[in-house]
Amino acid sequence: MIRALLPIAFFTILAGFLYVGLYKDPSLVPSPLIGKPIPSFELSVLKDADSSVSEKDFKGQIALINVWATWCVACKQEHAALVHLAEQKNIPIYGLNYKDDRDLAKQWLIDYGDPYVLSAYDPSGRVAIDFGVYGAPETFLIDAEGVIRHKLVGIMTADVWQQQFVPKIVRIQQNP
Amino acid sequence: MSDNSSSNLYLILAFLSVLVSAHTHAQLITVEPQYQQRYHAILEELRCLVCQNQTLADSSSELATDLRVQVKTMLEDGNSDQEILDFMSARYGDFVLYNPPVKSHTLFLWLGPFILLLFGIIAALVVVNKRSKSEQSLSDEDLRRIQELLDKK
Repeated sequence: MIRALLPIAFFTILAGFLYVGLYKDPSLVPSPLIGKPIPSFELSVLKDADSSVSEKDFKGQIALINVWATWCVACKQEHAALVHLAEQKNIPIYGLNYKDDRDLAKQWLIDYGDPYVLSAYDPSGRVAIDFGVYGAPETFLIDAEGVIRHKLVGIMTADVWQQQFVPKIVRIQQNP
Repeated sequence: MSDNSSSNLYLILAFLSVLVSAHTHAQLITVEPQYQQRYHAILEELRCLVCQNQTLADSSSELATDLRVQVKTMLEDGNSDQEILDFMSARYGDFVLYNPPVKSHTLFLWLGPFILLLFGIIAALVVVNKRSKSEQSLSDEDLRRIQELLDKK
């Protein structure tokens, strides 16, 4: 009896692992930065090369930091959702413009709308390395102290906002 | 005849050119000679996050290029190998390390193969044991008959 059940048990366990594996996205790498303060940096403001922005400018309230670039196709896909969020929801969105051209990026915001309070301009991508960015778009949720609470790799949509961000924001508000 | 052999040569060259072009080259970064060896050793330790089954040394993605520059800069600034690996895993997680540290959540990764090996050994022992038990020893009568058959030859 056990002899017959053993292979079946083995198969079931293996099939279980494989089944779970089917729905996991291997390109999603958990970030070690969650629960840590945003890295310090000093960059110029995208729209104003003369003024600078640091991590301190992102602190003060619950906010989003969105890593974007004009060469990034998925960024274009999520852009409307970000514009909508900036207009409808009471949450500031900061941009981290990643390995881009300043003029192209400024034009992009004119063409498609500008959801950002401001965008930091990171042409070399060096600051993005400190943020652990490995593929734009990425969106970080930070609390008022500037601690990273959640990270989204991929496209922001109304559904993603509702399912991933809203519960986290509620939790931060209840328990800052 | 000579026509034939030269066209063969062209064929071979054409074939080889495909092989060469299929091998994508990671953008080369010049590193001071005294850092070369450590630089290459570190790159082999790090996984590219964009194309996950390649090391930083192999990958031609733009992020990998940036991270190679970062490794080079840190080497030239006098960081140790461990400091550079720590820098990468602090930002990208243990996942970037091809040789992840033994921690509570990587324990299964490290011990899993040995647990499976143990299962295998136990299973093998059980099977061998059963088989040797089920083998009946030959009776004297059997032995005599075998000998008879062999002798006939």
